[in-house]
Amino acid sequence: MTRLNSAAELEQLRAGILSSRDPAKPCIAVCAGAACHGLDSVRVAQAFQAEVAKLGPGAGLEVRVTGCHGYCEKGPNVVVDPEGICYFEVKPEDVPEIIACTLKKEVVERLVYAHPDTGERAVHIGEVPFYKHQMRLLIGDNTRIDPMRIDDYLALGGYGALAKALFQMTPGQVLDEVKKANLRGRGGGGFPAGLKWETAKNAPGKDKYVIVNAHEGEPGAFMDRALFTGNPHKVLEGLIIGAYAIGSHRGFIYTRHDSPQLICHIEQALAQAEEYGLLGENILGSGFDFRVEVHYDVGIFVSGESSALMRSIEGNPPEPRPKYIRTSVAGIWDRPSNLNNVETWANVPQIISRGADWYRGIGTEGSKGTKLVSLSGNVVNSGVVEVPMGTPLRTIVYDIGGGIPGGKAAKAVHFGGPMGGSIPANLIDAPLDFDELAKLGAPIGAGGLLVMDEDTDMVDVARYFLEFLTNESCGKCVPCREGMRQTLKVLTNITKGKGREGDIARLEDLNDVTGAACLCALGRTASDPLKSMLRYFKVEYETQIARGSEGRSGNAAGSAAT
Amino acid sequence: MDSANLDQIIEQHRGKPGDLIHVLMEVQHQNHWLPRDVLHQIAEALNIPFSRVLRIATLYKTFSLTPKGRNEVHVCTGISCHLRGANKLLDAVERATGIKPGETDAGWRFTLDTGSCLGSCSIGPEIIVNGTHHARMTPAKVEDVLKEYQ
Repeated sequence: MTRLNSAAELEQLRAGILSSRDPAKPCIAVCAGAACHGLDSVRVAQAFQAEVAKLGPGAGLEVRVTGCHGYCEKGPNVVVDPEGICYFEVKPEDVPEIIACTLKKEVVERLVYAHPDTGERAVHIGEVPFYKHQMRLLIGDNTRIDPMRIDDYLALGGYGALAKALFQMTPGQVLDEVKKANLRGRGGGGFPAGLKWETAKNAPGKDKYVIVNAHEGEPGAFMDRALFTGNPHKVLEGLIIGAYAIGSHRGFIYTRHDSPQLICHIEQALAQAEEYGLLGENILGSGFDFRVEVHYDVGIFVSGESSALMRSIEGNPPEPRPKYIRTSVAGIWDRPSNLNNVETWANVPQIISRGADWYRGIGTEGSKGTKLVSLSGNVVNSGVVEVPMGTPLRTIVYDIGGGIPGGKAAKAVHFGGPMGGSIPANLIDAPLDFDELAKLGAPIGAGGLLVMDEDTDMVDVARYFLEFLTNESCGKCVPCREGMRQTLKVLTNITKGKGREGDIARLEDLNDVTGAACLCALGRTASDPLKSMLRYFKVEYETQIARGSEGRSGNAAGSAAT
Repeated sequence: MDSANLDQIIEQHRGKPGDLIHVLMEVQHQNHWLPRDVLHQIAEALNIPFSRVLRIATLYKTFSLTPKGRNEVHVCTGISCHLRGANKLLDAVERATGIKPGETDAGWRFTLDTGSCLGSCSIGPEIIVNGTHHARMTPAKVEDVLKEYQ
């Protein structure tokens, strides 16, 4: 690899990569995302590689092991480009047939998508129901990229936005573009990224930091991992552009220690970017220096909270601190630190290369662009979904997700994991929009969408989330540590048929106190699922409590059987 | 854990931000638990009070201060797996191993843990044994899967 010293050299390199590739040559992309990996896609990939090796150098096709394609339910996934033929639930035994058919330009009919009811077939990625209602601006490249090869990213125009930012724009212009695009933080808060950048940029001090929050601790959220593992350079490019805008020379990636593949891809991406001179000193000869280091969460949910995360990078226990001083002014070692989530950073390159006006054309008035959603729970097609903001939840759950398995009815959809909320199925026409869903009590959060069928016990769901958070509370502040414990006790009693009259009032009282008095978002929003349940599913709570009270009076009347 | 290896891990991270966490993580990965004498050595080498080392080692859940069995069984109890019956699966694993989450059996064969979420919700409920995923599990399949791990 040669170091690139100008934007022209980058374009030269790109032209070289493209001219060495035949766009008509079939390329078989084998998904190695988290779910496919769990379904033993490694053996499928090995089988492809072995077969191609047998064919020798003139094989006439290539194999590429890629990140998550999205349709996790039907893994291991295989996509054959350039046509975009999708094969599902591929086994190692299927490999010789796929290769033979690909070389003959034929399709292996038995492995393509067939609609479970009508039997209707869909061969290409644009026709498969799961994909055809999506707008895959961020995750769509995953099938065309081997995350271990920077050249694959460059072939798709990668780092073009960085070159544009460095050589055609001032840091102020980059910032203005992101502000104008109204890019809102994808990690949960939905706070405008541009304003956050501006605060860090204007904060006093020479040393400023930028951080990728790739913690993704929310149960049921797996889209950031899919994006970062599958296309690490997209996130990295966004981060470097952000650093340039803010005036930061040191970046941090904070991620999970338990995803070996993700760590491997990040480290490789950093090393390759540095070799090409896209990272490190004097990036592309522009005079801008920027380095990145990787830090790990070692198993505690609260370290995904921005101030806690920064304590963890410093090497301290991840305890959040009060937010009257923002981390964008005083974060890591009390220096201005701008933190954004994986998906937020990944949006930056396209905003710079295609412009804020283009970006603003996608989405709703208040929520621009697309959103990655982890679709899971009681749904036929779970997986990683990317749709324009404003898409009705019905489209996600039914058209993309294929509805509820077993012919059951939907009861609720839940957004935002343990700090989110549930809305009943009759509100399923609500749009995917930061503000609209927050009004309904189910804020998007990071984008974990959980579908719950008619058999779901809503008291148990609230109890489940509280149990999770009770275990994850750092214990620093009393309202969180003790408030959640008491709430959990009441809920557990209700689920065990030991509910008492007055429990709902007690729960509401506890919700008010933890919501107002906790130090960080974990405690303050811990009661949000319960609040949404009491808003929409109160009858279910009352019924379970009444059953408990009756049970007790029944016991008392019979004998002292307790 | 031999001391040359430990020294090497310490030297690799010494002086960098968060060095203690990086060192503990590496030792945990390689040794599967953090023996007390190793924690003392780390405290001394990094010139950090032992009390602080313990604070970090006990707060972050990945760190274990007790030895683990030969096989680490993890039942995902994330919300998606929960909705798809992780509780019944956990019951079956507890029955098959004779231990509860957090425990190790007397013969050091299994250590059982629960946790969420590993992000492979589409293939839940699942158990992960020594890092290998066993997808779309049912209680009935537990015995057969665990048989493979002696």
